Amino acid sequence: MPLLELDDIHFGYPGHAPVLRGASLRLEPGQRLSITGANGSGKSTLLHLMVGLLRPVSGRVLAFGQERRQEADFHEVRRRAGLVFQDPDDQLFCPTVAEDVAFGPMNLGKNRAEALAIVDAVLDRLGLSHLRERVTYKLSGGEKRLVTLATVLAMEPEVLLLDEPTNALDEANAARLIAILQALPQAMVLVSHDAALRAQLAPRALRLSGGCLRDETP
Amino acid sequence: MGHVLTEGLHGPGRADGPLERLDPRARILGAAAFGVVTVACTHLAVLAAALALAFGLLLASGLPPGRALRRMAAMDGFILLLVLTLPFTTPGAAVFTLWGLPASREGLVLAAEILLTANAVVLALLALVGSLEPVTLGHALHRLRTPERLVHLMMFNIRYVEVLRGEYLRLRLAMRARGFRPATGWHSYRSFGYLLGMVLVRAVDRSERVLGAMKCRGFAGRIPLLHALAYGRRDAVFAVTLGAALLALCLAEAAHAAA
Repeated sequence: MPLLELDDIHFGYPGHAPVLRGASLRLEPGQRLSITGANGSGKSTLLHLMVGLLRPVSGRVLAFGQERRQEADFHEVRRRAGLVFQDPDDQLFCPTVAEDVAFGPMNLGKNRAEALAIVDAVLDRLGLSHLRERVTYKLSGGEKRLVTLATVLAMEPEVLLLDEPTNALDEANAARLIAILQALPQAMVLVSHDAALRAQLAPRALRLSGGCLRDETP
Repeated sequence: MGHVLTEGLHGPGRADGPLERLDPRARILGAAAFGVVTVACTHLAVLAAALALAFGLLLASGLPPGRALRRMAAMDGFILLLVLTLPFTTPGAAVFTLWGLPASREGLVLAAEILLTANAVVLALLALVGSLEPVTLGHALHRLRTPERLVHLMMFNIRYVEVLRGEYLRLRLAMRARGFRPATGWHSYRSFGYLLGMVLVRAVDRSERVLGAMKCRGFAGRIPLLHALAYGRRDAVFAVTLGAALLALCLAEAAHAAA
């Protein structure tokens, strides 16, 4: 059973030409896929469709063995598939790092003590414990990126959807992020222009062009 | 502008008086109680005592007095016009005349009353609440059962004002890089209009992305706040002391009213 499946998806933003015209994709358990494509070809759109932040005009979204149509269907998907946004500032909205990491677990019904235990465990695992009480808007770009990964991992997702994770990171921070991602057991969909990152993390590549996905594994 | 909100609290001018260690809720409640009592009082002597009490709070807060007083003076600027015109617009016994306009005793008293009340309340507010981290203030307000939406609005402001300011500054820089210099003329006005419009559009876009990111983490209309606050012995001492002082003000006011 594939974890995520997009079947013949058509999608366009209002007032614009269609972005996706029959895109299909399957992500099997443990698989790591990367998606490439020109700017504006709809790579981020694809990820947003997977977790129901956008709805396709036509086509089916299947996640964890079920077809998902309504907002309520996607609540479970969002818990089990963690989306890391392109801009960390979109994702970190709580005043402090600890609160931001605890936000997801508390939404899942964990109490304060359980949430704090998760915060400590996740930050410790990523080597970010020193940032625990820091104010999110005062973090550096690299720190913000690593903390957004922590906020998503705190929900213990089965799939990670990564949108340009190394964007605007310097070499040291990018290397650190790649090392962390490589050690994770989750299946992944990686959207990235960074060929070196794709080769290291998810060599199996799909190219998005003309609104369709084609296998382009080197 | 987040640095404007919090920098002063970490910089050299950081408050470190005995009030600093109180529970933030006690400080908010104290400021509210002080405000209510002061606004209810009308006698000049009582109001002067309230102002003295506010000064005491300022000293106890450990805030640099110079800065707090400057902020208070800024507030005075707003009511200056009112205070200056009141003696001439309130009917009553004339005390002196200026350019043929009689100033009434009642008007002078009223002006002094407003000036004392406003300054006492603002000073107490600065001393008790003004030295709180905005984030702490948000948490305390939430615990005091302030409507959740207002608290969230404040928290989002604290979080994103810096991001939006960054966007504004980057656009501004890009304008300068292409030789833009503010001047009086339609080109400048239009360019500033575009700049403002672009900042707004980006803010709306960002708010949608933030909401999307929050939904991805299971947001359903409530933001759980993590930190627990606990009242302690200090808060009890503060409550009793301030309560006694405020009660004294009330009694003095009542005694004056009876006399």
